[in-house]
Formats: sequence, C-alpha cells, structure tokens
Amino acid sequence: MARMATLTRADVEHVALLARLGLTDGELALLEGQLNHILDQYLVLSELDTAAIAPTAQVIELENILREDVPGASLTPDQALSGAPERQGDYFVVPVVVEGAD
Amino acid sequence: MTRLFAHEMARGLRAGDYSSREVVDAHVELAHATDRGLHAWLFLDDARARAAADAADARLAGARRAGTAALADLPALLGIPVALKDLVVTRGQTSTAGSRILEGYVGSFDAHIAERIAAAGAVVLGKTNMDEFAMGSSTEHSAWGPTANPWALDRVPGGSSGGSAAAVAAYHCAAAIGTDTGGSIRQPAAMCGVVGMKPTYGRVSRYGIIAFASSLDQVGALGRDVRDVAALLQTVAGRDGRDSTSSPIAVPDYATSLPEDDDAAARVLRGLRLGLPREYFVPGMDPGVEARLREAVRALEAAGAEIVDVSLPHTDYGLATYYIIAPAEASANLARYDGIRFGHSVRDGDVLANYLASRGSGFGDEVKRRIMLGTYALSAGYYDAYYVKAQQVRTLIKADFDAAFEDVDAIVAPTSPTVAFPLGARLADPVAMYLADAWTLPVSVAGLPGMSVPCGLSEGLPVGLQIVGRAWDEEGVLRIGRAYEAITADADWRGLEPSALPLLADPAISAPRLPAPALPA
Repeated sequence: MARMATLTRADVEHVALLARLGLTDGELALLEGQLNHILDQYLVLSELDTAAIAPTAQVIELENILREDVPGASLTPDQALSGAPERQGDYFVVPVVVEGAD
Repeated sequence: MTRLFAHEMARGLRAGDYSSREVVDAHVELAHATDRGLHAWLFLDDARARAAADAADARLAGARRAGTAALADLPALLGIPVALKDLVVTRGQTSTAGSRILEGYVGSFDAHIAERIAAAGAVVLGKTNMDEFAMGSSTEHSAWGPTANPWALDRVPGGSSGGSAAAVAAYHCAAAIGTDTGGSIRQPAAMCGVVGMKPTYGRVSRYGIIAFASSLDQVGALGRDVRDVAALLQTVAGRDGRDSTSSPIAVPDYATSLPEDDDAAARVLRGLRLGLPREYFVPGMDPGVEARLREAVRALEAAGAEIVDVSLPHTDYGLATYYIIAPAEASANLARYDGIRFGHSVRDGDVLANYLASRGSGFGDEVKRRIMLGTYALSAGYYDAYYVKAQQVRTLIKADFDAAFEDVDAIVAPTSPTVAFPLGARLADPVAMYLADAWTLPVSVAGLPGMSVPCGLSEGLPVGLQIVGRAWDEEGVLRIGRAYEAITADADWRGLEPSALPLLADPAISAPRLPAPALPA
C-alpha cells in the first residue's frame, strides 16, 4: 500500500462528518484506537505485489442485464410516505435548505 | 411434532396424519414458551401464521380430492413453519435488520423471496434476531439484545443469522432464511449444530433484502438436515428481474439428487476428489474443532472419497480484503438512512444536524465502526491504497479457488476456528471477533457456494464441517452434505438435542444479556 497513515483524532472527526455520523467524544476516542488497530491489519496486503493484477468488482460473469423499458406497478404516494417521520401532503418534510425560502 | 424434519412433516401433511394448522400451532406455542431465555425471535406473527396454515390446509384438502398426482405436485414446504431473518422486507410487518435506525419500519412491499415462500405455501412464523445490518459474527450487535446459543445459554449463537440458527436448533421452526456476506449463515449454523447453505453469489434475488455489502450479500437457508435446506433453497432460488445480479442459470431440482436412502446417498462419495486446504489448519484453531474435522475427513475417505491436499495460498489475506470491501460497500448502502423518509429520526436543527443526530443515535457501535472504515477507505487519497488494492487481492483469492477446482470436485474445511464463544468475550476486541469468520470470508470473497453441516461436538458444543463447491454447483455441495449425513447417521452425537433446551422451558428464565461493557464512560 502506497500510503499507510495513522488516523489522528482530527482525521476521525473528519471521516465522521463525511459519513454524517454525529459521534460523542467517548465514541471518537474509542474509534481512534479501534480504527488504527484495524488499519494495522490491512498492512498485510502490502506484502502482495498487485501491480499487474486486475481488480475484481464482482465475481459472476453477467453483462448488461437490462429489463424492458415499460411502466410497471409502483408504490402509491401513501405507501411511499407511510414511514415518513414528518409529512405534508404528498411530500416529506425537511428543514429549509435554501436561504430566504419559506 | 416440532422434532420432525420438514420432509417428514410434508409426508404427514399429505397423508392427512395432521393438519398444517396443528403443526404451526405446535411450533408457535413452543416458540412462545421457550424463547424468553433464547431471544431468537424479534416477533412472532401468530395470526398471519395461522391464516397461512389454514390456507395450506385448504390446498392440501383440494389436492387430496384431486388425487395422488395433485398431491405429488404440491410444493415441498407447503404448510411447513419457517422463519425469515429480520432484514427480509414484508408488506405490513416490521423489518429492522436489528437496527434502531429502522425501529418501527413497516414494509410496503414483499421481498422476492417472501413472495416465493408465500407462493409455495410455507408458513412464516415471524422474523429472527440478527447482528445490526448483518454486521457481526455473534448476534450481540443487535439493537434489540443478544440471542443465546441453545447448547449453552451463556454463549453466542454465532452471527449474523444467529436468530435463525437458534430458532431452527430449538425446534421453533423447521427451516429459516438467513443471509451470508462473510459467513453469516455458515458460522451460526456451525455454532448451533444445524445445516446452513450460502449459495453462489447471484443464485437468489435480493430484491427486498436490506443491503449490507452488495458485491457479497447472498440469501440462503438453514435447517436441521441437508434435504430441508435444499427444499428452502429450491423455493427461493432463480432469476428475478428486479435484482440485476440474480442469475439466469437454471436451478436444478435438488430433491431428485438427494436420496432418502443412506446407502444411495453415500454412493456419491466413491471416487470423488475432495480438497483439504492446508492453510485452514493453523495454530489458534481449537484442538477439539481440529479433531472433529480430521474425523469427518477420515469418514469421507473411508466411504470412498479421495482426499487431496490443496493450497489456497492467499487465505491469510482474506480477512483484510473482506474488511476493506464490505465496510466500503456498507458505507455507501447505509447512506440511505437519513431520518427523513422512514425509520428513526431526530430533528436537531438544519439538514446536516438532522443527519448527524439521526444517524449518530440510530446506528450501533459496530455499524458506526464499519461505516467509518468504509468511508475512510473510499475517501480521497485512500481509494487506490485500500479499495482497489483489496479488489486486486480479491482476484488472487478467486484464482486460488479456480486453481484448486481444476484438481478437486469440492473443498472440505472447518467452518469456524472455534466453538461458540461466551457472550461478551470478543465485544471489546473487533479484530478477535472478525477472526471467527477467517475461513468463511475467502469463500464469500470468491462468491462460491458453501455449506456447514454438523460434524460432532467439542466441549459439548457443536462443530461445523464446511463444504465448498464450484460456482453454481450447490447441487454437488448438497449431495456431499447429504452423503456425510448418511455415513454418520449412526454417530452417537447425531441423536443429541441442544443441551440447554430443558432450561428454556422455565418461564422465569431471564433474557440473554451481555456482560457490562468495558467501555470508557
């Protein structure tokens, strides 16, 4: 592995933000140690020279599986909204994301 | 009645010895009476199960009037009680995948396999406990509390399909659906002393299965013998247009190649070449597990199989490869849990604050750990070093198996290095937990079919023999498993029931609990 970093507390906080996880100080401290321990286990892969090896994204040799482009049955608005924490008409409610909108 | 195999129940139902309603009532009552100390189930839906049983009885009665040909044409699992893992979405029932973030989520559609099971007339009793989003090897990572092992209530049932394995072992149902991403069917099957099959990646549609790692996830079956597992796999396998990875390759009729007669079943082994990977016998393996494995291999050899020493040289890289690929894919799949459209939601200010609060309080520790690992492995500057590297090593791991299968018909190996470990024993050390799957992970990384069958006890706890086949050769794996059952039919351990079952009958028993966590405040 070309780059093998040790995660600092700031790195852990940055990754948590990227992952949209609100973590407590206790969780961040625990994760800092655990993630570094797990990343150490990944080091074993650097023993292998894979420069000439093609990556495998999936193991079955299926190609271009497409279905007919025809309309089919779908969920009704009520079904799609049945689990919504907050609903207004046929919409999910989220906080305002555009300044000046109401 | 709960002690019967599904194929025995099927015979009795066709003969009119008893009704599906009687069979289902017996299982539902036993599950209610003995699950308090086991916690295999997240819910039992008695009313729906009884309605399905009555419908099965009506089908049976109709076929009986129509004659023997109509009876013979009935689906194998008609009227038979089964379980779904809690990540199989069904209309009008909850599916939480063991996570608080899906608390109260009620499906508005049926998973493909739920449709197939309903069409076959099998009776779903409810949904079983699991590690949150199937991330775990012990079922301790369920938001709803752990499941106990029916052989020792202070031990884990394995995971992540631990609820399904425990429910089958405790006779609450004849068979159960599980899913396997890195060992989540085979390892709990081994630890609970039942049979569990993960078919080839792509064999079963995942439409309606709550996703963990999409290049690895596969649906499979658990049961108390190979024929029951084959019947459930048969029920759900095959192409579905709603999952583009589900394969059009034809599914053979498994029942015709799994003889009831032991002598006929054992004949499969004559001249069969079975590979024994030398890398799977390493220090750290329980001596008792190794002893049972060696005995199983000797039994297969004595029945006419040729045991061939094979090498899977990249075995030791399987763990790291898996623990890069699976968390990376999970971090993408679990991005959908946003607290806006369904499930757990915390409103804490603006959109970003809502995401942070909903996800931070909705996911458990192991899921957060994996999302963090995956997000890091996919982040700018590290993608090539981790994710691409792991996918390259995946090529090497698959090539190991391809090379081995040029020389042998199947591979036999231990399922897990140890028997079931005590509840709480590995929670503080994620790497030790991950090692429980060291010999199932490479099989998943290569996408191959693998099955665990019981092969005896060590320290009074079940040990599993893993049988791995070529891609799409579930039939060959099942035949070898059935043959192994046949040649060990008279073994003293075959007749044993899980040793903690009598304790579970105590109505005052407490629910399984984890020891107090050794975490900083």
